[in-house]
Amino acid sequence: MLQGWIIVAASFAYIGLLFAIAWFADRRAARGQSVVSNAWVYSLSLAVYATAWTFYGSVGRAATDGVGFLPIYIGPTLTMLLGWFVLRKMVRIARLNRTTSLADFVASRYGKSALIGGLVTVIAVIGILPYISLQLKAVSTSFQILLGYPEVAMPPPAGSMVVMQDTAFYVALFMALFAIAFGTRQLDAAERHEGMVAAIAFESLVKLVAFLAVGIYVAYFMYDGLGDIFARASGRPDLEVLMAPLGGAAGSYANWVWLTVLSMFAIVFLPRQFQVAVIENTDERHLRRAAWLFPLYMLAINVFVLPIAFGGALHFPPGTVDADTFVLTLPMTQKAEGLALFVFIGGLSAATGMVIVETVALSTMICNDLVMPLLLRIRAFRLSEQRDLSSLLLDIRRAAIIALLMGGYFYYLLAGEAYALVSIGLISFAAAAQFAPAVIGGLYWRGGNRTGALAGLLAGFSVWIYTLLMPAFARSGWLGVEFVERGPFGVELLRPHQLFGLAGLDPITHAMIWSMIANVGAYVLGSVIRRQSAAEHAQATLFVDVYQQTGEPGSSWRGATSASALQTLVGRFLGPARAVELFTAYARLRGARSVDELEGDRDLVRFAELQLAGTIGAASARTMVATVAQEEPLGLEEVMTIIDEASQVIAYSHRLEEKQQELEEATRELKAANERLKELDRLKDDFISTVTHELRTPLTSIRAFSEILHDNPDLDPGERQRFLALVIRESERLTRLINQVLDLAKIESGLAEWRTAELDLREIVLEAIHATSAIFKSRGVTVEARLAPAVAPVMADRDRLMQVLLNLLSNAAKFCTPGTGRVEVRLEGHAGGVRVDVEDNGVGISRENQALIFEKFRQVGDTLTEKPAGTGLGLAICRRIVGHFGGRLWVESEPGRGSVFSFDLPAAAAAGGAGRLVANA
Amino acid sequence: MAKRVLIAEDEPSILASLEFLMRRAGYETRNAADGEEALQLLPVFRPHLVLLDIMLPRRSGLDVCREIRADASLSGTRVLMLTAKGGNRDHERGLEAGADDYVTKPFSTQDLVARAQALLADPVLRLAPGAIPRQDP
Repeated sequence: MLQGWIIVAASFAYIGLLFAIAWFADRRAARGQSVVSNAWVYSLSLAVYATAWTFYGSVGRAATDGVGFLPIYIGPTLTMLLGWFVLRKMVRIARLNRTTSLADFVASRYGKSALIGGLVTVIAVIGILPYISLQLKAVSTSFQILLGYPEVAMPPPAGSMVVMQDTAFYVALFMALFAIAFGTRQLDAAERHEGMVAAIAFESLVKLVAFLAVGIYVAYFMYDGLGDIFARASGRPDLEVLMAPLGGAAGSYANWVWLTVLSMFAIVFLPRQFQVAVIENTDERHLRRAAWLFPLYMLAINVFVLPIAFGGALHFPPGTVDADTFVLTLPMTQKAEGLALFVFIGGLSAATGMVIVETVALSTMICNDLVMPLLLRIRAFRLSEQRDLSSLLLDIRRAAIIALLMGGYFYYLLAGEAYALVSIGLISFAAAAQFAPAVIGGLYWRGGNRTGALAGLLAGFSVWIYTLLMPAFARSGWLGVEFVERGPFGVELLRPHQLFGLAGLDPITHAMIWSMIANVGAYVLGSVIRRQSAAEHAQATLFVDVYQQTGEPGSSWRGATSASALQTLVGRFLGPARAVELFTAYARLRGARSVDELEGDRDLVRFAELQLAGTIGAASARTMVATVAQEEPLGLEEVMTIIDEASQVIAYSHRLEEKQQELEEATRELKAANERLKELDRLKDDFISTVTHELRTPLTSIRAFSEILHDNPDLDPGERQRFLALVIRESERLTRLINQVLDLAKIESGLAEWRTAELDLREIVLEAIHATSAIFKSRGVTVEARLAPAVAPVMADRDRLMQVLLNLLSNAAKFCTPGTGRVEVRLEGHAGGVRVDVEDNGVGISRENQALIFEKFRQVGDTLTEKPAGTGLGLAICRRIVGHFGGRLWVESEPGRGSVFSFDLPAAAAAGGAGRLVANA
Repeated sequence: MAKRVLIAEDEPSILASLEFLMRRAGYETRNAADGEEALQLLPVFRPHLVLLDIMLPRRSGLDVCREIRADASLSGTRVLMLTAKGGNRDHERGLEAGADDYVTKPFSTQDLVARAQALLADPVLRLAPGAIPRQDP
């Protein structure tokens, strides 16, 4: 027989064991020998995720949805395997900032905003109440079923009994007492509860063993193993459907995906999960091992879910026994008293674990982020002047825990019967998911700000209330079912489960889609629209760049106070003795002999603020410290100054960038110019060395023959005469060369004088022919002139043009064969000007040499027989002269067929201006 | 028997002065106006000394000098390089190509004749090709 007193006694014995474990762990922690500081305990404590909902509800869901219960466990597995680095960042930030709760974390990120902390607390409390009620329902239901042993009968629905006779009410009451005993025995600078964590880890072990025991019992004692169960289930059409990959009719890909995402968030953002995963974490390295240990736990506790569900469905006639109770009722039908009791203890374990951690986390939030900021603000309480506030803090938390469990109980009375366990839990999951954008955004996006976080949280939470909470009330008969089925005031578009016509999804998926759109949208929009304040910016950087920081986080305190004032302040919250202890240790660390020697500088203020933050949260700590530290407030003016300086720096660096680009551009130009100069230098060197060579040749002859004549007075007169003639000829050559070099240099440097005037080319050509007639005659070359009777005048220097013509004519004479040579000079006008041709029937010039002859010192001739007597500069000078007057000088020739040298000059009307301009330059 | 001197020089007036100087010193001379001509004359005339202008048309004086040094049958032939440019580079290149000595244009006629005589008179003075230490440019 399982009498009531046996069940109650077993329950209390178990709770007593938990207390013993907690007490032991706390003792060890006080001695510095932590039992919880290892990855195994850490991973087991994370398994507080598996509540009575998992313990009873998974089987219930599996019996209706098949494998549809799985996303809830796949999500956390994914988070731990793939998202552990996000958790690690949160752990690092929380440790550096002595974060006390999820609300404190979010508030800290957004400029230590008390408003954000309060909002997060409210959302968490309202969101989690259904979840707490779920635990109460599970425990009281299982208790009542077990009480009916050996009969298997479903308990009457909630609310049908008087409160004082309702099991759930007592369950709530006792749970509140457990939670108070576990979580609020002391105030700690860092809100850690080693005893509680040890107890939770033990509970996780118990519920796992209990669940596995039932699974093994059902699979191997009631049936012939897993194969037998699945084979029998296959024979039942209603069960075979559940084995489909996506679990029956209710499953769809969208639902699966969203449930998985929802659970990924839940494992981090449910207040109790944040508490165990982040706040209670003792070593970041534990996360690495938990990343696979925790998924392993999830796997183990889910292995027997389907077998038990099928076993129950096969055993009980449909509709008689609630599938949520199969875990308990199956052993009962087999008269396995001990196992049934163990299962009850396992369920109790799952439920108490969740309730204790959840209420401790929530009560911390309520105290630090909701009640304290309000109390500190209300002057009537004169809170900032009271001597010792530590007992007040504890009282607030205790009251909060009781209020939370009573709230959970009343939710259970109101809405508890309308949904299965799983659906109730999912409503809470969806509420916790609303924290995801603000937290994840805050971790990785420096631009996320307070306005955005407020807007996102409010928008997401509002959608959650409208699409999940209000329908839950409606289904419980509070609001009337028409609201859900027809929409408010009959507006179908606003039906809470098919908002804006989004139909075909289950309510949770539907709510997630809309609330996430609203939440993320408002968060991003708000962050983009509003600018961050200086404090927000500092905190944002602190969070996003947490790995770049060394040591303690900064604080923007700029004032100063006395050490004793700070110690007194900290003492009011932590107790005077603890404060003395902390401050003395700090003084030693700083190398001071006593606290009095400490300077009340910003480091000390920051130290005090951190100690307080560990107890009352960052936002309240700041407010409190502000009462004693004569902070020079960071006024708008100073903020503007800082921003102004920052923008000046930005502008300056921008200018620097521009300057650098300009410099690079200038460097490139200088390099190019330098290359050109080097090229010019090389050309100049070539020119000089060529000139030197050309000068040396006549000089060598002159010197050689002068010395010969000097050293050999006995030369015969004929030879003497020949040598003197050579000396004279070479001297003339030298003179000509020097003159032409100078001439060319003058033209090239622009120093040449040009006497530009309107000229009749015909007259100049005739004069040139006349001047060279002697040369032609001496070489036996005939000259023929075919000149147009009248041509347009040209603008040029008469002497220079004459120089060009003489050069061309004498060249022609030189390269013609004596006797048969014939030169023809032509002059004709054309549309733009006048053209002169000098044609000979001499040796001609090869195509490659035609370009060379206009270069300096390039002479082309039959060097085998005779060197041309020229200097190699004539044509180069001619081309520059013609070019100077806007004309062109070129040659057309074929070897052996003579050459035609031509030049072209523009008519005076067309080019006179240009010529005059250059002349005056 | 008079020693044979080949004069390779493209500038006719300079060639005339060199020819006069060598003949007056008692040597038999032949003239070449470019490198090609000099190379054709070498095996025929087999000179004891070549006065070699460094800047010759068709084949440069340096080329001619290298050819002389590569030809074992001309191992007794000495080369006096005439360099027109003032830079040391020309001297080095001349000596590297195997010239025995050099004079710079415009040259002193007495100096030129003395160097030619020295090269032709005393075989001991003649340095073996390659014995001139090379200076790194």
